[in-house]
Formats: sequence, structure tokens, C-alpha cells
Amino acid sequence: MTQSRGFKVFRAVGLLVFAAYFFVPLLAMLDFSTQVRGSAPGRTWGNWAFMVTDEDLRSSIVASLLLALFTVVLMVALLVPTMVWVRLRVPRARGLIEFLCLLPLTIPALVIVVGITNVYSWVTYLLGDSALVLTFAYVVLVLPYSYRAIDAALSAIDAATLSEAARSLGAGWFTVIVRIIMPNITSGILGAAFIAVALVLGEYVFASLLHFDTLPVAMAALYKSNGPAAMAAALASMILVAVLLVGLTFLSRDRHKQGASS
Amino acid sequence: MTDPSTERGLAVDLVDLTRVYGQVRALDGLTLHIEPGELIALLGPSGCGKTTALRILAGLDTATAGTVSVGGRDLTRVPANKRDMGMVFQAYSLFPHMTVIDNVAFGLKLRGKDGSSRRRRAGDVLDLVGLGEHADRFAHQLSGGQQQRVALARALAIEPSVLLLDEPLSALDAKVRVQLRDEIRRVQIEVGTTTVFVTHDQEEALAVADRVGVMNAGRLEQLAPPAELYSAPASRFVGEFVGLSNRLPADVRDGVAAVLGREVPVLPGSTDGRGHALVRPESVSVVKDADGGATVATVMFLGPLSRVTCTLSDGTDVVAQLASSDALRLEPGDAVRLEVAPSPVLVVA
Repeated sequence: MTQSRGFKVFRAVGLLVFAAYFFVPLLAMLDFSTQVRGSAPGRTWGNWAFMVTDEDLRSSIVASLLLALFTVVLMVALLVPTMVWVRLRVPRARGLIEFLCLLPLTIPALVIVVGITNVYSWVTYLLGDSALVLTFAYVVLVLPYSYRAIDAALSAIDAATLSEAARSLGAGWFTVIVRIIMPNITSGILGAAFIAVALVLGEYVFASLLHFDTLPVAMAALYKSNGPAAMAAALASMILVAVLLVGLTFLSRDRHKQGASS
Repeated sequence: MTDPSTERGLAVDLVDLTRVYGQVRALDGLTLHIEPGELIALLGPSGCGKTTALRILAGLDTATAGTVSVGGRDLTRVPANKRDMGMVFQAYSLFPHMTVIDNVAFGLKLRGKDGSSRRRRAGDVLDLVGLGEHADRFAHQLSGGQQQRVALARALAIEPSVLLLDEPLSALDAKVRVQLRDEIRRVQIEVGTTTVFVTHDQEEALAVADRVGVMNAGRLEQLAPPAELYSAPASRFVGEFVGLSNRLPADVRDGVAAVLGREVPVLPGSTDGRGHALVRPESVSVVKDADGGATVATVMFLGPLSRVTCTLSDGTDVVAQLASSDALRLEPGDAVRLEVAPSPVLVVA
């Protein structure tokens, strides 16, 4: 069907408006983060280099990246076997597991933090006061989103038949989960992982109220003394998350292409 | 029956197997002995317990009571992955992330076989099912029939003590079903593995099995070679479930039934006195006769055979299966006489 000229113009204008809505603030951030102090002419990457040269900011970036990594690993290690086991062996418990996993979504972060403050005094007493102990809280925080992503991937395969076929060939449950089910829900696990990374890199409430120096906390503090450097750090973390999400999109597309080639 | 001294075949014994789900008795005291190398088909309507029996034999379900043993070894409490059985499922079950050859070699890898012997053995069984050239394809690049062939090769690659087939042809179209059915039988004879084939398709069961077990409501109604099952059903259920049967009024005296004015011997298990004889359509012949007491209602052409439905004077419909050359001489409304062949019949109340 041919599209009318008016529709094409409307579509182009709409796209431009949306692009402007999303990209103008990012361009403004880039502009602000590369300005020379004191309104002098020219551009500088000094504020971007500050992420590497300033030890406090650098350590907070490392802490946040490690937190993201540990959160993803612990989330996958806990959630995938549990969800596969529940789906295959105790399907009656599926509703309960779903409810528990989605629960953090309904409770404000502030309430959770207040609730776990005392627990964390024990955690830091036992494991030290590294920001990495936030991993436990962040796993709870990302559960609802990760659950949805993995559940959708599991629903797309016949997990019961695949696991029974593998069992009949001699596979134990560990082999079934690691070598049969997980490779077939890779897109779901990747989706869950990337969402977890995005959430952890942007999480402020838990870290701030529990007094840990993560990237968002350091950025907030830095903003008071060096706004352009804080802006550079914020833009850098957004670009990282955007790259991850674009990567996820391409990975998913590649898998769909492979599946559709029959 | 297959020669019991096959190389790989082991005897299978299910003794008093019972499976209860809540209020439902899916299996009710099933006892079954399978000879080494034999192919047994379990046949029955949906919900009769045949798949439950197979799953318990595979270790994928647990019996409420009873025992499972293979080659004299009690496997009742042995988990599925240690039973050494190969299974082909109704649903396509190839691992989507693996190539055909990796699927077939998966069980061998778990058994610690080295790479070259795995590939050699996997290639051999793929050749056996005619898919040697598709080794590097993925499941989504194969047709349904090819996928089930690969599933069969995968199950056979591990040289299982027992091969279990859970309605493996149900998802396929009619032509492929017949081809693959014949192929399963050919391969089973070639490898000599004791095999249990679950199906609800009687033609499939009669075509491939050494013996067919007809199940109903969790119980085994009859276990017999296909020809015996067809010609000498042990119960009304078997007589009516396997093949087409006419229910004709009969009077039994001293082991002989009077059916349509003719005396025929009765099968063991028949009732005495008045009842209904289960008579196969091919045991009924139709002769044109103005005083025969029956009228042709329909003539259905089925190729070499035709099915002729006649109505008796009391309104009973009788179906006869005749050679088309004979049947096409008849037309609806013709007066005819029906005769019953003197083969034994089951008479039920």
C-alpha cells in the first residue's frame, strides 16, 4: 500500500521530535562536560579524564562495575536453577516464586533500605565494609526484572521435554540445567543481566543510605564541587548502558535470524 | 515373536504397577513381561495409562506401587539418567542449540566416549536412519519426520537396554507416519533392542509390534500378537476398540452362536444365551436375494475395497467389507442376504 505524502511528513516530524527529546539533553550534557572552566573558549576532555585521574571517582566506578558483575553472577546463579527446578519439578510453587520475585517492585526502595539497615550492620561486621556487600541487596532489587526476562525465555522452549530427553540419555540435573536449558534461554539471561547492570549502575538510594561509595553516590557528591566532571561521569555511564542494550538487541536479532532460517 | 536370544535385548518386567494421582488411578495393577528383543505396542484411548506406564519404565514418573525390572535387575528406585534406556518423545525433543551430530553424540559424551569414537558411532546411527548427510544441520533446519529420525538415532546411539517410543509419530502427517513407522520397525529388527511403543493408533500398533497390549482404564485388557488380537479379542473393549465390529444379535448354545441364521463357533469369554456377536466387516458377505431380509443402504468406495452398509428388517445396520469389484454390483435399495463367515466370534451381553 502506498503511503500518502502527508503521512510521511508526519512520521518524519514525529521521529525528529522524539530524537530531539532524547538527544538534546545528551548533547547538552556533552557540551557542559567538555566546556573549559570560566567560560573560556575551546573544548577540553579534562573532565572526562577526571574519571581516571581522581582516585575517589575511579574507585567508585570500579566498585559499581564490580557490583554490577557480582549482582549478575549471583542473580543468574540463584534465579536460573530455581526457576528451572520450579518449572520442571514443582510447578505448583511457580505462583509463589513469581510473587516473591516481583515483591521488591511493589515496595519503595526507601522502605527496603530502612528494613535492611540492621541486617547490613551484621553483613558489614561479618564481610567488611566494602561496597561490594551491596550485591546481596541489589540481587533483591533486580529480581522482578530478571525474573520476567528469564521466565519469558523459559516459556519459549519446551523445557520439560528437553530435560526429559537429556535425562533419558544419562544427564544429571546439573548437566540438564547448565548444558541443555541455559544455552536455550541465553537471550533471557542476557536480557536479565543487562537490565541488572543498568539498574546497579544507576542505583542511588540503597548505596547512599547505607553509606557506600558507588558511582551514583560519588557523582552526586562530585556535582557539588565539579559539575562538568560529574556530568561526564553520568554521560559515560549512560553510554555504557546504552551500548549494552544495543548489544542485547543485536544478539537477540541474531538468534531470531538463526531460528527463522529453516 | 522375536528370537529371545538377541544380542542387546533384555527382558522387561512390570509387576503390579499402580500409579494414583489424587483420586485418579492412572495405572491399576499393570503386569507385563516383555521378551528380550521384542517390540511391544501399548495401545489404548487417551487416559488409559499407556504413557504413564512408559514414563514409569523410563524413570520419569514414580509408581505408587509395583516394580520395574530389566534383565532381572530391579530398577524401581533407579533415577531416569541411570536406567540406560533410550526414549523418543511425542514432542520434538532435539536440543535446539546443537547440530544433529552433537544431539546424537550427547549421550555418548555423557558416557565418557572420546571425540572420534563419538563421531563415528553418531555417524553410524545417522546412516542407519538415513540422515548421514544432515549431520551438521540444526533441528530447525529439519522437517518433523527428520527430527524424529534424529531423535531415534540419538536414542539408539547409546545402545540402550530398552528403547521407549512415546507416540513418536503423532505430530507427523499421514504419509511420513507410515514411512517412519516402517523405518522404526526395520531399525528395531536390525539392532535387536527390546522396544516399547506407545500409540493410540491401532493401525500403527498392529503394523509394527510383535505383540500388542490393549489398555483400558489403567489395566491391560489383552496382550497378544496383532493377528490374534484382531481375530480373537478377549473382551468387549478390545473387540470394539481394535478394528471395526458389527454388533449382531446372537444366541449362544453349547459353544456355538447363531448369527444371521448361521452357526459360528464362539471365542472364550463369550456370554451364554442371548447377546451380541462382534463380527468384523470382512466376515460378512452380501448376496443379492429378493427374500434375503436386508437392504443395501450405502456403498462406499475405498479403492481396492468397498464398505457396504446394509439394514436388517429390524433396523440393525450391518457393515460389510467387500472387494470393490463385488461391491460395485450393488446399489442402495437392493434386496440382499447377509452371511457370516464361520470364523469364531466374541459374544457379549
